[in-house]
Amino acid sequence: MKVVIDAAVCDGKGYCKRFAPEVFALDEWGYGEVLVDEVPPEYEANARAALEACPLQAIKAV
Amino acid sequence: MSSPLRVGPLRNARLLDAEPDGTPGPADLSGPEIIEIAEAAGIRGRGGAGFPLAVKLRSVASAPGPVRYVIANGEEGEPASVKDRFLLRERPDLVLRGLELAARAVSADRAYVYVSDPSAARRLAAKRGDTPADIPVDIPIGVVAVAPGYVAGEETAVVRAVDGGPALPTVKPPRPWQEGVCGAPTLVSNVETLAQLALAVRLGPEAYRGMGTPESTGTFLATLSGAGRAPGLYEVPYGIPLRELVTAHMGTAAGVTGLLAGGFAGGLLPASALDLPLTHAALARAGSTLGCGAFVLLAGDCPVGVAAEVAAFFDRENARQCGPCVTGTSGVAGVLARLTVRSATVEDVARLERWGAALAGRGNCATPDAVTALVGSLFRHHRDLVDAHVGTECERCAATDVTADTRFRVSWEGS
Ligand code: SF4
Ligand code: SF4
Repeated sequence: MKVVIDAAVCDGKGYCKRFAPEVFALDEWGYGEVLVDEVPPEYEANARAALEACPLQAIKAV
Repeated sequence: MSSPLRVGPLRNARLLDAEPDGTPGPADLSGPEIIEIAEAAGIRGRGGAGFPLAVKLRSVASAPGPVRYVIANGEEGEPASVKDRFLLRERPDLVLRGLELAARAVSADRAYVYVSDPSAARRLAAKRGDTPADIPVDIPIGVVAVAPGYVAGEETAVVRAVDGGPALPTVKPPRPWQEGVCGAPTLVSNVETLAQLALAVRLGPEAYRGMGTPESTGTFLATLSGAGRAPGLYEVPYGIPLRELVTAHMGTAAGVTGLLAGGFAGGLLPASALDLPLTHAALARAGSTLGCGAFVLLAGDCPVGVAAEVAAFFDRENARQCGPCVTGTSGVAGVLARLTVRSATVEDVARLERWGAALAGRGNCATPDAVTALVGSLFRHHRDLVDAHVGTECERCAATDVTADTRFRVSWEGS
């Protein structure tokens, strides 16, 4: 599984990082950032939870 | 202000002199044959990234779906480049021949020419036949005109605008070759790349490779500006030293103290870069990019002031949609502007360097990466000068308003 954040949609705040700190971080300005090229299988469930939790639906699984 | 444009070939013109008449067209070649020629000729994209054309053609050709599109991208967002405007105004038939060939290569159902230059749009409109929206060639070709903008030529912005939306970049993937116009596989190709395809078909791959280097084959169009000279457009074989091009343009390279490479995308280079060969690999090794082939020559300009001016441009021209790009670019531009008026602190300089690095890859298009290249190159080549701008007034910076529209914009009204 790969994930991307639509930078034009992300508004910061960081639910993604709270749900999957192994996959998402917050950058210098507080916007969501994907840490990994490929989500390791053991973190996929967390990544999906983050994807659903993002209030702006800015995260896409690709 | 508009300047005359010097146009000249270096060593040997072939693109600028190529006659589309007599060039084999889509009726003479099969799709796979055209892709084979593009591959054997080694054509790389002339829009900025230098991506192999054959790979792109093949991706679109083999993407699933009943419908495919091709777009000739003539929206030259780079303020320091003039080549795409030149081609569309002065050599439109060669571009259209390349577009027809690309359309045949990927079995496209429809093609578009995407432009912002009103004069190019008029020129193309004059070629229209009975169908008002189409130019009468072998495939229906529509002209899509948009307002000019730095990001308007980015491939996903192009697709969005052709679909009737705003010319703003979207998140990738999907890339246009996967999902483009109306969700169908779409080839978005720079107009010079398409003209080069027509040339390769005309010359044959072997003769095409007769100029350039094995890695960067053929010739490319370079725009030179700056240093108080009228701008120039040159057709140059890849691989010649930058110094030779600069000398042809200025008579001597002696007064050149540095340059901006790749338009505004490749950051600053010092005068020693004049010895670099003009290839994608050599510019990348120097931490820059050949990009769209535009070079702004500096003759005594303060690199800090130049960086401030380019950053101010990005701050005005970014599409205001991606948080990190909008906030980070504005922060970078702010510190650089303060450096030029002696009001930045040591902490500001530390932030500038950190923000510059943090911006890499932080948006839907490559604008943040251009800011990263700019700031990175400023510290790599001119760190002492940056530090000296804290607390010492720079006379050269004081003499320029870095927040005004950039003096590095090449304007050319055409012939
Ligand atoms: S949860 Fe969504 S909006 Fe919030 S930072 Fe993460 S990606 Fe951005
Ligand atoms: S990265 Fe910047 S310039 Fe590019 S789309 Fe986002 S806001 Fe616009």
